[in-house]
Amino acid sequence: MARHVVATVEEIPPGARKRVEVEGRGIAVFNIGGAYFAIADRCPHEGASLCDGRLTALVEASEPGHYALSRRGELVRCPWHGWEFDIRTGRSWCDPKRLKVRSYEISVEAGGAVASELRAETFPVSVEARFVVVEA
Amino acid sequence: MDDTDRPAPLSRFAGGVDCDLHPAVPGMDVLLPYLDDYWREMVAVRALDRLNLSLTSYPKGAPITCRLDWRLADGSWPGASLEAMRRHVLDRYRPGFGILNPLYGGTLMHSEDMAAALCRATNEWIRDAWLNQDFRLRASIVIPAHNTVLAVEEIERCAGDPRFIQILMLVSGEVTLGRRHLWPIYAAAERLGLPVGIHAGSSYRSAPTSVGWPSYFVEDYISQSAAFEQQLQSLIAEGVFAKFPGLRVVMIESGLTWLSGYIWRADKTWKGVRAEVPWVTRLPSAILRDHVRFTVQPVDDPDAAKGIGRLVEHLGSDELFLFSTDYPHWQYEGDDALPPDLSEALLRKIVHDNPLATYPRLLKPATAAAEMPA
Amino acid sequence: MSATALETSRPVAAKRQVIDCDIHPAMTSWTEVHPYLELRWIEHLQTYGSHLRHAFSEALTHPRMSPDAARVDAYPEEGGPPGSSLDLMRRQHLNPNGIEHGILIPLRWNPGSQRNLDFGVALTRAMNSWQAERWVGQESRLKGSILVAQEDAVGSVDEIEARAGDPRFVQILILPRTDEPLGRRRYWPIFEAAERNNLPIAIHVGGTNGHPSTGGGWPSYYMEEHHAVAESMQAIVVSLIFEGVFERFPRLRFVIMEGGLGWIPSLCARMDRNWERMRGEVPHVRRRPSEYLRESIWFTTQPMEEPERPGQLLELMDRIGWDRLLFSTDYPHWDFDDPRYAFRAPLTGAQKDQLLFGNAQRFYGFP
Repeated sequence: MARHVVATVEEIPPGARKRVEVEGRGIAVFNIGGAYFAIADRCPHEGASLCDGRLTALVEASEPGHYALSRRGELVRCPWHGWEFDIRTGRSWCDPKRLKVRSYEISVEAGGAVASELRAETFPVSVEARFVVVEA
Repeated sequence: MDDTDRPAPLSRFAGGVDCDLHPAVPGMDVLLPYLDDYWREMVAVRALDRLNLSLTSYPKGAPITCRLDWRLADGSWPGASLEAMRRHVLDRYRPGFGILNPLYGGTLMHSEDMAAALCRATNEWIRDAWLNQDFRLRASIVIPAHNTVLAVEEIERCAGDPRFIQILMLVSGEVTLGRRHLWPIYAAAERLGLPVGIHAGSSYRSAPTSVGWPSYFVEDYISQSAAFEQQLQSLIAEGVFAKFPGLRVVMIESGLTWLSGYIWRADKTWKGVRAEVPWVTRLPSAILRDHVRFTVQPVDDPDAAKGIGRLVEHLGSDELFLFSTDYPHWQYEGDDALPPDLSEALLRKIVHDNPLATYPRLLKPATAAAEMPA
Repeated sequence: MSATALETSRPVAAKRQVIDCDIHPAMTSWTEVHPYLELRWIEHLQTYGSHLRHAFSEALTHPRMSPDAARVDAYPEEGGPPGSSLDLMRRQHLNPNGIEHGILIPLRWNPGSQRNLDFGVALTRAMNSWQAERWVGQESRLKGSILVAQEDAVGSVDEIEARAGDPRFVQILILPRTDEPLGRRRYWPIFEAAERNNLPIAIHVGGTNGHPSTGGGWPSYYMEEHHAVAESMQAIVVSLIFEGVFERFPRLRFVIMEGGLGWIPSLCARMDRNWERMRGEVPHVRRRPSEYLRESIWFTTQPMEEPERPGQLLELMDRIGWDRLLFSTDYPHWDFDDPRYAFRAPLTGAQKDQLLFGNAQRFYGFP
């Protein structure tokens, strides 16, 4: 497990997402209302990029004809077959015990704290900027 | 169809439950005593008793409607004789119980009141002419399913007699069976401990296939398994089992082996579209295992034992299948009402355990039968 | 299924050759058909629109769970619906998935379901010209399907004859929700023309005919409507066989597209069993129904069945016959199958080649 600086905060504003490559693996980074989440960017079903999926609320029902929404924007629907994954845990809604995508620790850190990890050709080294850091 | 030489012993059915027997209403005249003044008058005025209410789903002379060696010498309706049913099934296989599923055309009249009157009369006649004549018999309640108020009235009227153990509907009625306006029927079924039996057959309110009307009867009959499959999908998608967790549905004469394709397709579809029906919170195959049972005649597989075994594996359960002869319909030869080479354990499940678990009323003493209100 | 199964991407089939038998090209805008229609029909379209046995002429009463029934990642950057950009189709599908031949299944305008038969025939003519010019003329990997307005058999035969000489069209396309079951004799002139020109007939999900989508009424939910597709296909197969189509046209070949596979062994057994009992009604059906199916009907693979255990999938394919199955992706639709991951069972290299390429190569006579 290593820390990887994957973006500046400005690159992924609230509501946005970005696919990043970390050591050959695709990772989907989401910003939900200022909070960042990172999950593997491959649906375990047929391999679609989850980064392309729509963010949706959790839909539940207490009985037929009843529809309750919660956790708006916290599930990603696979862009192909519509399987839902919880972007906080990577777990599939339909089969949470057996089916999940990997989720990664993610944090926002000041440039000074990550300066030694920044590659100058990718990110301008700036102690003022804030960066998104994924542990993968 | 089995190439085995050894005849299976008849004793393997003894004491079990035959979940699909068809007693025939020989003609409307037998129902007259059970009709009220108005309907007796209308029978006379409109000569309703001269109507031939032979179901298009089961033409009287069609091979599927009656096995050749079970046809009655006097040419009367296959299944019209209790004496013949005893000879062919009850005394021969000696089941502990036989469940009567009357397929009488009267239930399909467009007039909801006429259909209700004929259903009521049919249920009364079944009680007098069959249940009261043979202690082994139990019956399904026939209902005018197109009017749920009248249907529930009839269910409640009959339910006082513990020998009525199920509610009977045809697989193809006016609307898909999960639709909410039918729910009063399912509420009554759950409340009264009556499984809902869904039997092959169509009211022909619309074409029997989604591509229109086939030319031949044999096509209609083949299409019934697809109708069962869609009704199962309807019951699950509409949330009938979420709303009525105690409800059991029995699919009767469905052909059975379509179930493998059903669960594969339905489970896969659900994963992608479940937000449309958020009350469906589990795989359709899991819901099915908890709520739906199937009679085992016919089994659409050239090797019936292998076909049943495959289904047990695919569905992950040996508790879903119920013994039935489908008498007098022609589904099997000789005494192979079940394939000879089923394991003892599976045989016991299908013939005894599964039906008793499906029909709680079989365990109630029939002697406690309350009088049916007039 | 393991959580990490697909964490690293597999190389594209190790350069395995693929034939995709089901690709949906779309129009950038609805007026894209205009250049191929006579003025009379453009005016008709603008004035009266598409006139179907359906509540809406331009929408479905069971809306899909994905817009345009499409992959969310298949929208062209330049606008227009999924499937409308040849450039994106190449970049997203044909190139990376190694598609050697891709068969077009145009679904726009529903010409076969038009109640106005002349309009339906005019639409097929226009859509076929559109395919030739806009797609197969631009990209040699793509092949066309001859659309016909099957309710007008005479008009359909004219269109088949007009296109049959163009080798870029490899089959005739009919959508299963026909006015009557497809085996009925009103459709036989189409079959005769197909056999004469050695063109297979593809039956791909779609169409609207006013009949409820199940034998027991209209379903409420897309979850049911989607399931019912498999039942329509079964009814078509039964009709073709029991009407004696394959007795009359023994060289005619059908491919059932996107109808699922799980039902095939069960239907074969059910047809045979009841044919044995009631063959007196259909003396023209001289052989066991399953034999006609085994000889004359093929199936595309998408949406692939996904049984709990891989062995169940292999057994299903054994029972259907490995040589009957033609790979398809359904690009750009939502239930797309990726050639690398569609078959969730350990297939041998030879089996993969057969499903992904060999069967379709033989079926369509590709070099």
